[in-house]
Amino acid sequence: MSVPVLEMKNISKSYYGTQVLKEINLTVKQGEIHCLVGENGAGKSTLMNILFGMSVISQTGGYEGELVINGDIREFGSPKEAIAAGIGMVHQEFMLLPGFSVTENIKLNREVTKPNFVSKVFGHKLESLDRRKMAQDARTSLDKLGMSIDEWVPVAGLPVGHLQFVEIAREIDKGNLQLLVLDEPTAVLTESEAEQFLEVIQRLANSGISIMFITHRLDEVMAVADTITILKDGELVKSAPRQSFTIAQIAELMVGRKVQTSGRIGVHGKPAKDGGAQKRLLEVRDLKVNMPGERLRGVDLDVFEGEILGIGGLAGHGKIALANGIMGLYPSGGQVRFNMIDLPLNNPKAALDLGLAFVSEDRRGVGLVLEDSIANNIVLTSMQTQEKFLKPGPFKLKDITGIEEHARRAIQQFDIRCTGPDQIVRRLSGGNQQKVCLARAFTQEPKLLFVSEPTRGIDIGAKTRVLELISELNRRFGVTIIITSSELAELRSISDRIAIIYEGKLAGILAPDAPDVAYGLLMAGKSPEEVGVQ
Amino acid sequence: MNQVKRMITKNAVPLLFAIVCLLGIYFAKMPTQFLIMEVAKRLARNSFLVLSLIIPVVAGMGLNFGIVLGALAGQIALILSTHWEWAGLGGLGLTALLATPLAILFGYLAGLTLNKAKGREMITGMVLGFFANGLYQFVFLFLVGTVIPFNNPRLRISTSPGLRNTIDLKLIKGSLDGIWQIQYGFTKLPMVTFGVIALLSVCLWFFFRTKLGQDFRAIGQDRHIAGVAGIDTNRNRVLAIIMSTVLAAWGQIIFLQNIGTLNTYNSHEQVGTFAIAALLIGGATVTRATITQALTGTLLFHVLFVVSPMAGQAIFGSAQIGEYFRVFVAYGIIAISLALHAWQSKSLAKSSLEEDFSVSG
Repeated sequence: MSVPVLEMKNISKSYYGTQVLKEINLTVKQGEIHCLVGENGAGKSTLMNILFGMSVISQTGGYEGELVINGDIREFGSPKEAIAAGIGMVHQEFMLLPGFSVTENIKLNREVTKPNFVSKVFGHKLESLDRRKMAQDARTSLDKLGMSIDEWVPVAGLPVGHLQFVEIAREIDKGNLQLLVLDEPTAVLTESEAEQFLEVIQRLANSGISIMFITHRLDEVMAVADTITILKDGELVKSAPRQSFTIAQIAELMVGRKVQTSGRIGVHGKPAKDGGAQKRLLEVRDLKVNMPGERLRGVDLDVFEGEILGIGGLAGHGKIALANGIMGLYPSGGQVRFNMIDLPLNNPKAALDLGLAFVSEDRRGVGLVLEDSIANNIVLTSMQTQEKFLKPGPFKLKDITGIEEHARRAIQQFDIRCTGPDQIVRRLSGGNQQKVCLARAFTQEPKLLFVSEPTRGIDIGAKTRVLELISELNRRFGVTIIITSSELAELRSISDRIAIIYEGKLAGILAPDAPDVAYGLLMAGKSPEEVGVQ
Repeated sequence: MNQVKRMITKNAVPLLFAIVCLLGIYFAKMPTQFLIMEVAKRLARNSFLVLSLIIPVVAGMGLNFGIVLGALAGQIALILSTHWEWAGLGGLGLTALLATPLAILFGYLAGLTLNKAKGREMITGMVLGFFANGLYQFVFLFLVGTVIPFNNPRLRISTSPGLRNTIDLKLIKGSLDGIWQIQYGFTKLPMVTFGVIALLSVCLWFFFRTKLGQDFRAIGQDRHIAGVAGIDTNRNRVLAIIMSTVLAAWGQIIFLQNIGTLNTYNSHEQVGTFAIAALLIGGATVTRATITQALTGTLLFHVLFVVSPMAGQAIFGSAQIGEYFRVFVAYGIIAISLALHAWQSKSLAKSSLEEDFSVSG
């Protein structure tokens, strides 16, 4: 038995006191396909950053534990060192120059050069490119992948599937490649492309290159993996040969929480949703939203009056695009009917006028005017769209006393910890900034409120308070709420129903008390019926 | 047929200007001899400056309005060489040599500034040009003769500090052009100057086939990706601006040896705008420029310059209107192509979305 290509021994890592990885042990053998699965925030990317020597690790105090490559303990200070040690990585977003040919991309910054009379005087930087030799090298790597594309075609026109192969060809071309890390490589591929891709991976593994494969598609895992490692909340749940798993087990292990949620935070006293009896407040048909990195590819969804609907799913699958699209912040297409009226898309003003409000996930960018006071932030949208807080008369003057009174009330109601309504919003903590956002949305007296990632980046105490506030808005004022969050536990604690978005489409709608395995499967793009789990 | 259509849309800008030029020539009723002479003279004068813009465009830094700094370096060298009475071709060579370290310094400082203003290189470069102009005036209009002891009566204003408004460059006038001229009718074609321009074109062509040139191209396409691949983007951007500035300094020296007089406080002012307008008329954009585009652009721009006063006279009965027209054209073309570029990149982003949607269903 040969030495394993990679061994990770007791790897731990914390960012500013928060432990994100706890004593991870895993081993990758030569020529093995090792699948790494886990939810967002499970620690996959941190683990890969450690392996790849990304500067974010050393800048935050390094890591504990040992990284053993081919039997030697190593610690990489930069990706360059990792590459020199034979580790290649294909990132989720393509690192290809569209205007360059396939060859130029494969040989980017590793061009073959030959000296000329100028370079003899001014140094090797002015050596001419040996384009013939470069093309030969590119050809060799492409052939290893079984790719027949012309090596001088510009990358710009190639189908997405081919781009992925060009990336891999570049890694192979680096020569000493031993371990190739693929970060969700199939997320952007069509089904047939993905199949072809898996074949290529197996071919590579057979040639002796080990593959670390990160994916959310569980059937792919079952199709190609030799070993499967499941991470959850920074801990290794299980690492074992594929044969010892079923899809349902993987799904359950990925999602299961130690801390079980005990139902709703608020007491609703509302009957369980039966669908038909209730009034549809929002009807979404074939909604497509072009939000970079979070694209929505056609969603049909009904929202009933008075409910809290949770939107969940993994990062990058488009869950936050729903609110951003309907509110007109990103280009979108499809039909949206609100309260029986057609809602014009791509028009934020129209959405606001119809009585929709939005608490954005981008709190500091879209949500607040950071350099302005709490009072002005709270009334901003209402003043702009509903002409509230203005003095009567032709000049639209601000009603300063009215604004201040309202702000004082809101500060009390939302429990915003501050020195007063005049404090600049930038100086508030994340949690209090979020409360200002909620107060502003509430001031609009909306019929429907979108809340995106309300607890991101705020401390635990404030988290609970923010969720309580949202629940209260719903209960006391009858505001229908659509809450999007990456934290499933949070959604399950507050929502009446939870819709899971997978690859830009609606995977299914679950009750908050549905079993973990159902959530895990939907987030991996499988319906529970498909795998036969109840 | 489709190919013809694509050719036309791709070269819409130079074609449009070619038509305008032809109309101008038709209405101006200018003797062909005179037209050729004027245009050839201006081509020899200006091409080098226009070519100096190509490198920063390829390196993704847009149109280098900062070549004014290079022009200033060239002029400072010329002032000094006139003072020291360097003459002839040797004097010209020495002047170029003297201008080089100055241009490298200016280019280095400009490059550092532009690295702090990524994505806003053009406006920053333009303002840098204004700023440098102010410093230049401060030095040569005020410091010379007061703080700096300098008492050359051919250069100094006799009654107050500062340099004369115009400086006669008779010592080096035509020293490059005059080496070998071919007589065509009563036109003299400065063959060596054309030779130098051809040499620069070949050098640029060669440069983009070297490792460094490839790095520039990579950075021009995507700074982030080039950086991830291990290319030092900041350093290379500074290098690109230095090269452009040095070439501009030499270009300005070639330009002034042809003119024969230095307008101390004005010669450099419109170097940036005119060279950029010429490049854009050739069909270049903020992100793409080739040697052919630079040369065709210079040709068209100067044909337009030569014929428009006469055409204005013939059509509107006033040469003034033609004069207005050519200034209007120079700035108008820059405005239009910048707006066009912004519009294109926006619609490109939009269409890429639609493509994606149609694929995914």
